[in-house]
Amino acid sequence: MNAVLKVENLQVETVGGKPRSILKGISFEIHAGETLCLVGESGSGKSVSSLATMDLLPQGALRASGGRILLDGEDLLQASPARLAELRGSRMAMIFQEPMTALNPVLSVGRQLDEVLAQHTDDNAATRRQRVLAALEQVHLPDIERIYASYPHQLSGGQRQRIMIAMALLLEPRLLIADEPTTALDVTTQHQILKLIRELQEKHGTAVLFITHDMGVVADIADRVCVMHLGTLVEQGPLREVLSTPQQAYTRDLLAAVPSLTPRAPRPASGPRLVLDVAELHKVYAGPRRLWWRKRSSTAAVQNVSFQLYEGRTLGIVGESGSGKSTVARCVMRLIDPTSGAIRVRGQDISDLSAAALKPHRQRIQMIFQDPYRSLNPRRSVAQSLIEGPMNYGVPREQAMARAAELLSLVGLPEDSLQRFPHQFSGGQRQRIAIARALAMEPSVIVADEAVSALDVSVQAQVLALLDDIQKRLGIAVLFITHDLRVAAQICDDVLVMQRGQVVEYGPAQQVLGAPKADYTRQLIEVAPGRSWDFAAFAPAL
Amino acid sequence: MFSYFIRRLLTAIPVMLVVALSVFLLLRLSPGDPATIIAGDMANPEQVANIRRALGLDEPILTQFLLWIGNLLQGDLGTSLISQTTVSSMIAQRLEPTVSLALAAILITVLIAVPLGVIAAWRQGSWIDNLVMSVSVVGFSVPVFVIAYLLIQVFAIELRWLPVQGFRGLDKGLGEFLSRLILPALTLSSVYIALIARMTRASMLEVLREDYIRTARAKGLSQRVVLFRHALRNAAVPILTVVGAGFAMMVSGVVVTESVFNIPGLGRLIVDAVLARDYPVIQALILLTAGLYVVINLLIDLSYAITDPRIRY
Repeated sequence: MNAVLKVENLQVETVGGKPRSILKGISFEIHAGETLCLVGESGSGKSVSSLATMDLLPQGALRASGGRILLDGEDLLQASPARLAELRGSRMAMIFQEPMTALNPVLSVGRQLDEVLAQHTDDNAATRRQRVLAALEQVHLPDIERIYASYPHQLSGGQRQRIMIAMALLLEPRLLIADEPTTALDVTTQHQILKLIRELQEKHGTAVLFITHDMGVVADIADRVCVMHLGTLVEQGPLREVLSTPQQAYTRDLLAAVPSLTPRAPRPASGPRLVLDVAELHKVYAGPRRLWWRKRSSTAAVQNVSFQLYEGRTLGIVGESGSGKSTVARCVMRLIDPTSGAIRVRGQDISDLSAAALKPHRQRIQMIFQDPYRSLNPRRSVAQSLIEGPMNYGVPREQAMARAAELLSLVGLPEDSLQRFPHQFSGGQRQRIAIARALAMEPSVIVADEAVSALDVSVQAQVLALLDDIQKRLGIAVLFITHDLRVAAQICDDVLVMQRGQVVEYGPAQQVLGAPKADYTRQLIEVAPGRSWDFAAFAPAL
Repeated sequence: MFSYFIRRLLTAIPVMLVVALSVFLLLRLSPGDPATIIAGDMANPEQVANIRRALGLDEPILTQFLLWIGNLLQGDLGTSLISQTTVSSMIAQRLEPTVSLALAAILITVLIAVPLGVIAAWRQGSWIDNLVMSVSVVGFSVPVFVIAYLLIQVFAIELRWLPVQGFRGLDKGLGEFLSRLILPALTLSSVYIALIARMTRASMLEVLREDYIRTARAKGLSQRVVLFRHALRNAAVPILTVVGAGFAMMVSGVVVTESVFNIPGLGRLIVDAVLARDYPVIQALILLTAGLYVVINLLIDLSYAITDPRIRY
């Protein structure tokens, strides 16, 4: 049988005075009905391979410089732009990572689907509408007439990704490229979307090129796996072979870095000192007042949340988007004001302190944010970012600088980093800087809101190890907000599960994740990707 | 949306009151006296005082202001101190030339500037982008009257395609109307073409980097559809803002353009009234301009909701 897509010795380089090689000659092929997973960390070139296939490489920045990309035997690198436009959307289609931004916000969903048919077929408007509605039905969207007329902002992330899939599969392409299509989604939604792609693939015999960094997803859906690293293909083969008997050291490291779903052994309880005590926290958002005599509608984002956090311990708050976990974090930080309830930091209730009265307490509780690319001010050097907080609390400049240098070595960055700027660092390094920035204030509690979600697994493992180490040395308590049960299982002493603003389950990690009582917790564990695959078994013996 | 519209109209009332008060006071504070100007150079102080009394300018300022506002609320804009005709009839006579000129200028601006900006953004860094950008620098920096005389020199004097100056109403025939409108409208729009072409380019460059543009390309849509249907509509809000602000700021351009092309419009009326210290006329014209500004801003805000479904009032 002939391959649907055959990539031969594909090379991509940067455009400009001094071309830099991005893809150093990779080869793979996909057959009809088969799913090939391209895995690797950021910068490995997996997205570039897919964009080269679709002829969507950023113009003026990257270009294919050699090799062949054969779609049913036709070389795409030799095809004219017109021919490529004809193939895109009809014979090969693509789904992107971020469903929130991949759809045009000012055009209705129906219109955006209709365009594909208008471009590639001679159907009249009525037929096109029927076909679009059928496609929406096929991706199991409810109330398709309403969805047809909706705009993207009126739909959830999962619904938007279903629409992207419907759009990609409208003309039953031979090849579907899915570039991290579930990375931005909740585990439950991710599970549904993966099932949907599988179902439609079986129905139409589509060849799927699936790009992901998540080994759990790979274990669930791949037929064959290609592992990429720094622009080369280090290993490829059938799923079981690659996962169970990896030939290359890099593959083994990648697999070993995947955190296990089995909770780690509980740590001995340290000092009994209570540092953060949250009692009956509520947060209600008032909706807009449509007319002044009408009552405002309101949404309860957090209802009756209570927990205690002791020195040196880590409490994980897990839940899906919209569960209220980030709202809890922001209330605890007093970035937003809670509606009612108490937040006691080392005995002092800060829930209703004025801005001025709050100032001395802010120092005690510091935050690390999700996206290290946006949480550091790009115009300030690392030193400026690190000393700003302490100096604001009256620490002399020299002392703050000396402390900043110490902190950098504590988080494992070279000392000359002080005078550099955030863009000169990788994502993992930036998160280290963010941790150093939080530590500079000598807090009792660190709130980490999805602090490792944006990082590659190997970097994620390093940052988690760093947090663990710092906690041991400094006895800091950590409030860890995450949607990733694997991460929670590996670093939390206690876990609190939230759903729709309420606490579903709260207790020691071993018990909550090991023997969950609530249905919702069980469900969450059930849909965690790669649950059936025990990655830990292949971790190098310690 | 309707209640928003009403609310915005209501907030316009205090704005207009503040404008009325400031115009009134500023005029009274500025040097020059209409009575002296009317009386002429040879008049003695007694004659001037008589004229002042006849015009009601000897009353206390507060009384004058209340009288003016009172009349205004009854729809009476007052009577010109110089020509003794009502201000409303003076404005009515001059309205057609200025409105035609402004609308034509806006139309020309949008038709030329937006496509230029889109193409410049699409071909960023190419010769066409550089050309558009450098021509727009010229558009910004050359004064309006220079452009006016250049256009007259080329199209009216050398080529003899169009008349040199003047204005004919629409009732005299479309050809007459347009032939006398084209050059002044082009003159007036030159700055705005430059401004809006640049704005369109900047806004488009931002939008062209968005994920949904990549999605549109991945669907195999043609370049034209990607640029105009997907990108331009998303880039529209900042462009509309500038178009609106530009339209409101056109007043100064109108004054120069109408003077150069000898068009009997509101711009000329303003100049004449200011030179003669004709208080009622100046006050009415400035109030009219302010009102126009408020209305245009409201229309622009409403147009956001039409181009972008995420904006709801």
